Amino acid sequence: MLKALLTFMLDKNKAADIFGKIKKYSSADEVEALIYGGHSALTRFANNTIHQNVTEANYVVSVRTAFDGRTARATTNKVDDESLKRVVAASETLAKVQHPDADLLPMPEAGGGARSTQTYPVPSRYFEATAAITPEQRAEAVSKIVGVAQKHKLTTAGIFSTSESVEGIFNSRGLGDWYSQTSSEVSVTMLAADSSGWQKANSPNVAHLDAVTLAEIAARKAFESAGPHEIPAGKYTVILEPAAVLDIVGFMFFDFGGLAILDQRSFLNNRVGTKLFGENINIWDDVAHPLQSGAPFDGEGVRRQRVQLVENGVVKRLVYARATAEKMRKSEYKEKVGRIEPTGHGFSIPNEMGEAPMNIVFGGAREPKTVEQMIGSTERGILVTRLWYIREVDPYEKILTGMTRDGTFFVQDGKIRHGVRNFRFNQSLIHMLSSVEEMGTPMRASGEESFDMVVPAMKVGEFNFTEVTKF
Amino acid sequence: MKHIADWALNVAALRGASYADARLADDRSRGLATKNGKIGHAADSESLGIGVRVIADGAWGYAASDDLSRSAVEATAALAVEIARASSRVKQSEVRLAPEKAVSAEWTTPFQIDPLTTSVEQNLDLLLKIDSELCAVKGVTLAETNMNFRREEQWFVSSEGSNIHQTKYTTGVGYAAHAFAGSDIQKRSYPNSFGGQWQNKGYELIGELKLVENARRVGEEAVALLKADQCPEGVFDILLDGSQLGLQIHESVGHPIELDRVLGMEANFAGTSFLTLDKLRKLRYGSDLVNVVADARQEHGPGLGTFAFDEEGVPAQCTPIITKGLFTGYLTSRETAHAIGANRSGGTLRAEGWNRLPIIRMTNISILPGEKPLTREQLIASTEKGIYMETNRSWSIDDKRYNFQFGCEVGWELKNGKRTRMLRNPSYSGITTEFWNAMDAICSRDEWVLWGTPHCGKGQPQQVMGTGHGAAPARFRGVKVGSAYKGN
Ligand SMILES: [Zn+2]
Repeated sequence: MLKALLTFMLDKNKAADIFGKIKKYSSADEVEALIYGGHSALTRFANNTIHQNVTEANYVVSVRTAFDGRTARATTNKVDDESLKRVVAASETLAKVQHPDADLLPMPEAGGGARSTQTYPVPSRYFEATAAITPEQRAEAVSKIVGVAQKHKLTTAGIFSTSESVEGIFNSRGLGDWYSQTSSEVSVTMLAADSSGWQKANSPNVAHLDAVTLAEIAARKAFESAGPHEIPAGKYTVILEPAAVLDIVGFMFFDFGGLAILDQRSFLNNRVGTKLFGENINIWDDVAHPLQSGAPFDGEGVRRQRVQLVENGVVKRLVYARATAEKMRKSEYKEKVGRIEPTGHGFSIPNEMGEAPMNIVFGGAREPKTVEQMIGSTERGILVTRLWYIREVDPYEKILTGMTRDGTFFVQDGKIRHGVRNFRFNQSLIHMLSSVEEMGTPMRASGEESFDMVVPAMKVGEFNFTEVTKF
Repeated sequence: MKHIADWALNVAALRGASYADARLADDRSRGLATKNGKIGHAADSESLGIGVRVIADGAWGYAASDDLSRSAVEATAALAVEIARASSRVKQSEVRLAPEKAVSAEWTTPFQIDPLTTSVEQNLDLLLKIDSELCAVKGVTLAETNMNFRREEQWFVSSEGSNIHQTKYTTGVGYAAHAFAGSDIQKRSYPNSFGGQWQNKGYELIGELKLVENARRVGEEAVALLKADQCPEGVFDILLDGSQLGLQIHESVGHPIELDRVLGMEANFAGTSFLTLDKLRKLRYGSDLVNVVADARQEHGPGLGTFAFDEEGVPAQCTPIITKGLFTGYLTSRETAHAIGANRSGGTLRAEGWNRLPIIRMTNISILPGEKPLTREQLIASTEKGIYMETNRSWSIDDKRYNFQFGCEVGWELKNGKRTRMLRNPSYSGITTEFWNAMDAICSRDEWVLWGTPHCGKGQPQQVMGTGHGAAPARFRGVKVGSAYKGN
């Protein structure tokens, strides 16, 4: 009984029934529903103890109605008839009081409005093994991580989480799409008296997570960086591990949406088609990449396309929601931004941000180098495990500030010498991606400042550290 | 609703929990926004569910569900106990809670107008009016406005006999003008950046802020910034406006005083704190003028951290955090209070919603105004040479909360007590305690505003929380300015 109730999963048929009722209750010209949710669990530990341990089951129905150029959204987490009537009415009330907007498009038809020849299969990311994980199994994995900490006389903190989620979109023009996936994630911090180390990994398949290996790497970083030296701020060659790369580069992808150009808030204003980065930088958005995750359709139900954003350092293309593509075609920029078409990257409507590529895959180097090889070829530099608290200082030069964290090392004559006190950086992303000297093999990486992506480790020249902190 | 929460408590007790509480929450919100003369979005949202927190075998378990049927609520409570037993397999000691008297209480945010009952049409018209004022300024390339309302009704019951019904209202409003030309994007916001001003009160907040009256000036300043001189690099005396000082407090006082961070409980994500336990009542946090409190009580004002009871049923309190410059207090909970020898929680356990475990959060962390009458204009007039910075643009601080760097939207050069030229891209940086020890003036009560920070992130899974920060303009001597642009 207990299991049956708490492992209830909404499926496409039940969701379609819910949408059928929504359609019936609505008097709008058009209606759309996003139906999503699932269950998730997170076992959290600190001081070698499980101190927080949570689970959640929640499903959400989000209704958008449209009347002749006017649209609005209302969302509920209840699916009884009264709640569905209420959420439809709320959406209609918000829509009806507006002034019509001539730019509002009719909802897309089945197939999502993208050219169907561009669609391709996304690998299954649903794994029974992940969905079936119990609190006891999570505790068992945490106990192994704590075992690693105790073996090295360290203190550990982190998480082990698992989830099972669904996401669907339906509209009154007959569009209906559905996606389900599982996720699992381990993040481990190891703390010593005056140093720390960190690792994080995730996968739809829990069998691919090796908590003990992550704990051992984090532990090694903690004891190898003990007794950090203070060395002066300045420009250094840095070796950024993949998590550090993703956390900093993630700040530029919201500028790769067509609407960011139309709104003149993008650092790519007047720069699409120019060589902005080094020859060795190639970037795609590709939801079907084997190391990527997430639904293959966007907030309107348009199928996501694979788009090459950057080719040999040249910003080649932008991504578009349907309405943005329409606006861009009529704009003064239309000749300057490459191919214009809906690419399946729109956010759910209504929104002000338009779209963004969220399944980033970096190309690797012709001759990929391991982090060890990068260290070996470095005369004087800094190895960075992780970056933290990154914020944009300058939106057009794309200067970002932030800190290093949990394992920062001085490298000299091809060897790690010792840990160093953490630095603050103020670094232009444009300069950084123009100064990449070596790259590793792209891998799925996860941080805390940006969304997950497939990125390589990078060795970067002249990285701009401006201050040193006290630890 | 209480009977639903009671189902959870009964099952938790039957399954052997030594402590249990259940929080049922009904959360409703509305977001309205415009962009460049059009509706950006109009959206309503509601979420109703229950979270059950238990201690069994000396360890914590938490389970939450959107399903309020009796069978689902009972299964959720049983799962919370099962999770607690799993937690107990990896523990160094038993959880113990500081004692707290059981209470039965009702409380609602004082408000004049329930914002969710106001006319959407009129609200959109107001935002569009502001939007048109911003767009009317030549050179403004992007205008954005927003208005947000929230009503959170919550029923809390505990196995110790507490029964608390609270309803909180939140109103937020703001706008921004961006100007792009050549190779520069500049921005001005009002009344604050990143969503404007937010308070726990009704719709009356909207009328208090002179939104339309300030729009032209804000647009003009955004455009003027494109032609302003770059803020110089070096060491300067700086003046901060109240909203920027509020964020400075949030980052360099509010977070490091969270006792869970100090105790290592957030080490994997948010980080730890330089305020180790040995520093309590020993550390000179700031100059004699620095007095900071953590005050969740209604009498502190309508802050985003104002309530009657926290999310484990502890009454709102005022804790002195910095007293005449001396570090005097942490933010605590029933679980952590004993770590500083306190026999009672400071009442700061808060949750984003029914589906999140409550954790230690800031309430209203406010710097008290100066006792001597001092207006902002008098403060400027008394500054021989310096830079006055307004409205946050970027913020970053390390994971122990020592080294910070803030960027502001606009700077003004001060010479012989007068504002001279406008400066673009002002920024300053420093070490927390050195900075607060450099404060040599703060304006008095008339200039003090209780600012709201609506989007503070903490915890895993992450929870977004609103916090309050009362502040008045203040002056800091000998601060490092401009290193954000150094080397770029
Ligand atoms: Zn915060």
